[in-house]
Amino acid sequence: MSAVYVWIETDHGQPNPTAWEALGAGRTLANELGVPLTALVFGESAGMVAAAAAQYGAEQVIVSDDATLHDFRLEPYAALLTRLVQENQPRVVLAVGTSRARELLAASAADVDAGLQTEVSTLALQADGTIRVTRPAYAGKIISEAALLPGTTQFIALRGRAFPANPIDDNAQALVTTVAPALSEDQIVTKIESFQEEIGTVSLTDAAVIVSGGRGMANNPKEAPAGVPDAAVWKAQEGFEHTLKPLAEALGAAIGASRAAVDAGYIPYAHQVGQTGKSVSPDLYIACGISGAIQHQAGMRTSKVIVAINKDAEAPIFKLARFGIVGDLYQVVPALTAALKARLHS
Amino acid sequence: MHVVTFTRSTPDTAAKVEVGADGAVSWGNAATVVNPWDEYALEEALLQAEQHSGQTTVIAIGPDMHQEALKHSLAMGMQQAIRIWDDTLANADSLAYAVTAAAAVQRLGDVDLIIFGKESIDVGTDQHNYQTARKLGWPMLSSVSRILAVDYEARTIQVERLLEQGKQIVTSRLPVVLSVMKGINEPRYPSFIGIRRASKAAIPLWSLADLGVTLPEARTRVDAFRNPPAQQTQVEMLQGTPEEQAAQLVDRLLEAKVL
Repeated sequence: MSAVYVWIETDHGQPNPTAWEALGAGRTLANELGVPLTALVFGESAGMVAAAAAQYGAEQVIVSDDATLHDFRLEPYAALLTRLVQENQPRVVLAVGTSRARELLAASAADVDAGLQTEVSTLALQADGTIRVTRPAYAGKIISEAALLPGTTQFIALRGRAFPANPIDDNAQALVTTVAPALSEDQIVTKIESFQEEIGTVSLTDAAVIVSGGRGMANNPKEAPAGVPDAAVWKAQEGFEHTLKPLAEALGAAIGASRAAVDAGYIPYAHQVGQTGKSVSPDLYIACGISGAIQHQAGMRTSKVIVAINKDAEAPIFKLARFGIVGDLYQVVPALTAALKARLHS
Repeated sequence: MHVVTFTRSTPDTAAKVEVGADGAVSWGNAATVVNPWDEYALEEALLQAEQHSGQTTVIAIGPDMHQEALKHSLAMGMQQAIRIWDDTLANADSLAYAVTAAAAVQRLGDVDLIIFGKESIDVGTDQHNYQTARKLGWPMLSSVSRILAVDYEARTIQVERLLEQGKQIVTSRLPVVLSVMKGINEPRYPSFIGIRRASKAAIPLWSLADLGVTLPEARTRVDAFRNPPAQQTQVEMLQGTPEEQAAQLVDRLLEAKVL
């Protein structure tokens, strides 16, 4: 039976906060196609996540809660998704395009020789079954208008935060079907040995608010202790920790950085926003001491509101910003943190 | 051992990329460079080959302009470069790319390791990495931040992966496909001797017929490119002392409902 499939990404039984957006986009497609909206939940506590998926608009849920699926591994996940696609021939397979989702959808699309579009920010179903999409190209410098042709299952990985989730219906129930995994543990060659979680950090790609630091982080007025190998690096690291992080904590924000800050060793690469880092589109992006090179802009220009704090009034970042402050981030950011704490918690 | 990487030429990262009135994508007089993510893959391939006295091959699937990326790869020290092109690849999507890449690896025959860069910045996709692995039937380890151990005799590999949620250490079997992150290494600059060698190197051109490949029917289509909408936001500069600026900003952000 035909359907719109939506993969709900989970991590140790917790749904990814943006995963419900795919049910939002899927609802429209399923209505237009006249087919059921079916959530796919693999892994730990799949039954609990299935109940939440129903509240977010899924009419049917296919669950597989098997030990082989507890950690995301491409081999067992792709084998199961591919088997479900082959058996049930869904019209569309949707997911919010995190790294895992892009990998999973790409693998299954290859297995069944189907088309895939990723980073999709708009989609429209045509009368002949073609799905037209828009997506970024050249690292977000231009927009590509593309299509998924009808005839086989159409795979779509959505850009995060581009589609709204459906409103929650507390009373909604879905028809839940349990399926067995496609591979047994002895058929899976990839084994996870250990995992070291990043504790207390907000994921950049999911974040509604991002506070980012650039080269200007090195202008920390604090004196570097004698004997540190590089005073600028020490100052910038100290600034990320004791100036930017308190602002991020007050906002529940993730911490980003420009390539200049990463390459200078101020902060690990995982925080880099831009062409060779992460592409983000939060509601609010606060750029501190970032000049706004074209490579950085490519990764954050779709943010809803951009705030620039920079001591150089000519910095290109001000051309992108809604609100600008010309000043020393080491004075402005602590003032902003204090003002936010006073206002948000009063 | 034999390690293969794939690369392509992309516009310089600092280039202003625009869509012209004719709908064509252009980047002015800016040079093309090796797709920036591929530099890490090339360096990692060279390091593996150096450590294990192995063989290195770099492949580009694409028209003439991708010759430059192959020359750069040879100048870095890759031993062999191959370009694959055929007019029927002109509208190739990732599936066609993966089928072609897999066939090329099978033709080379003795490949242990394929290393991809994270993504191609021009087309903005990474799916060809995973799809190549699936077409070969090999395991795929993405987002690799360190190769910890490779045993070419026992056919095992252990890597560290940098995920959104944290760092994971996994083991898998050879042959395997990897995609590597920025930060896994410091890509070397081509040496003078390397550049001279690359300028003289003959780069074989393989066709789909050479590979015995029939492409799957295209399931996707690119219709057009356009420039992003001009930023209609006029920046409002906030004045006063840092405290006054901060207070005004909080007001504005509350009004804009982004807090």
